[in-house]
Amino acid sequence: MSTPYNVAQVRSDFPILSRQINGRRLAYLDSGASTQRPRAVIDAVDYYETQLHSNVHRGVHTLSQLATDAFEAARERVRRYINATSTREIIFVRGTTEAINLIAQVWGGVTLQAGDEIIVSALEHHANLVPWQMACAARGATLRIAPIDADGQLQFDQFLAMLGPRTRMVAMTHVSNVMGSVLPVQAICAAARERGIATLIDGAQAVAHETIDVRALGCDFYAFSSHKLYGPTGIGVLYGREALLEALPPWQGGGDMIRTVSYQSATWNDLPYKFEAGTPHISGAIGLAAAMDYVESLGLKAIAAHEHALLQRATAALLQVPGITLQGTAADKGPVLSFTLAGVHPHDLGTILDHEGVAIRAGHHCAMPLMDLLGVPATARATFGCYNDNEDVDQLVRAVVRAREVFG
Amino acid sequence: MELNELYREVILDHNRHPRNFGRLDPADALANGHNPLCGDKLTVTLRMDGDAISDLKFDGNGCAISVASASMMSEAVKGRPRAEVDALFDRVHALLTQADAPSDGIGKLAALSGVREFPARVKCASLCWHTLNAALANLQGSAPSPISTE
Repeated sequence: MSTPYNVAQVRSDFPILSRQINGRRLAYLDSGASTQRPRAVIDAVDYYETQLHSNVHRGVHTLSQLATDAFEAARERVRRYINATSTREIIFVRGTTEAINLIAQVWGGVTLQAGDEIIVSALEHHANLVPWQMACAARGATLRIAPIDADGQLQFDQFLAMLGPRTRMVAMTHVSNVMGSVLPVQAICAAARERGIATLIDGAQAVAHETIDVRALGCDFYAFSSHKLYGPTGIGVLYGREALLEALPPWQGGGDMIRTVSYQSATWNDLPYKFEAGTPHISGAIGLAAAMDYVESLGLKAIAAHEHALLQRATAALLQVPGITLQGTAADKGPVLSFTLAGVHPHDLGTILDHEGVAIRAGHHCAMPLMDLLGVPATARATFGCYNDNEDVDQLVRAVVRAREVFG
Repeated sequence: MELNELYREVILDHNRHPRNFGRLDPADALANGHNPLCGDKLTVTLRMDGDAISDLKFDGNGCAISVASASMMSEAVKGRPRAEVDALFDRVHALLTQADAPSDGIGKLAALSGVREFPARVKCASLCWHTLNAALANLQGSAPSPISTE
């Protein structure tokens, strides 16, 4: 890409960024929790609502056909975004959490036996931890935790040593939502596949920041949410290799997922509909497709380079503030900056920053076991997106300095 | 809505130097409080003299609002009979949630009035009071259980 990244232009695509918070310029540094929506996504959803809406896969009338076409075009858009082989591998779900629960329940239900093992990392968000705890409890299987080093990176050799004859699934995050570490997903999946072990990657924190190629990664399942990719809430994607999905029974029963139904029994629809019972989030899928168009128009490489520069600027500046400790210093990091400030609880830091117009996340980040491991009750976390600029970083740093002053 | 309305000097002081911090052992009652939203955890232990709280300590970790609130509460309730403690809780709860609540006659606790301008923080200030209530309920022989603001 030869043209320089024009962040001012990008910012103008996001209407919410022009509003003020507490009388101050908004520095939105919570994209790791949820990204804002560009005008293109808002317009795509609006066009659907005003021109196309009807139920999908049902009626013979014009609107139903238009809605179905738009919904299925969105599925094809998702397939291209992650380079899946077929749209039969793209299951629309409510989000990352639902995708992982679907696999933990359906795959776990037919696969896990007493004594089997599932491996997750110490970094996992509750969404990639609790569903596996539940699946293990239901089947008498054991959940094992692959350790991380002091920087927050997976200890790969120790992970490899944990893979054994009873290991059935390796479920890991692609990018840590707390420490930012980018895990070596390709190597993880290769090691698992060599041993006949299934893999699921939680891509929630990755999809907006790097090109995702599920075939190159070599995973069996990949899960992500639209609302962390500049799309609407309430929609996400479960990718699964077709042969694996084909072999699984359905999850929820209802409309759309069936082929024939009698009062006593039913037969299942083909993929992907087998896993999509009920009317889907049609406008959400269409918004997600628009978000993918938008992100690719900026270029994922260009976005990643821009965000990395912001992360470096913020890291360097915060380290100049006395009392700052960074949580997460892996060599390969996504745009996630977790930190604590001596003498100021992250919750107080969050309130003071908000007062200065700076939106960050303060808390346990849905990773309570990791907080315990790090020995902190909570952290403050700034996360960067395509629309953040140097002024956002500087506003963050000024607000952190202000917090130190308040707490003297 | 100004920051110094929330972080008043008395609150910052109680956060830096919490009073009655620690645990009573033995204690007549113990309760654990947890705010899952932000991870604040605190434990209240107390001793009774008849119907009155004769001693109380708290420990745990939390934000400045939750630590200062617990510290000021510990000072305010010591030596008081339960009916007065209940009445004080009602006054504090009103102070945290109602714009027109009076703040006279409750001493330092009046410093918490700024919290109501920050709705996300009301639970921080009330956690210790809910935990104290749970400890008092435990006195009556009901099973001790962790209390939560969620």
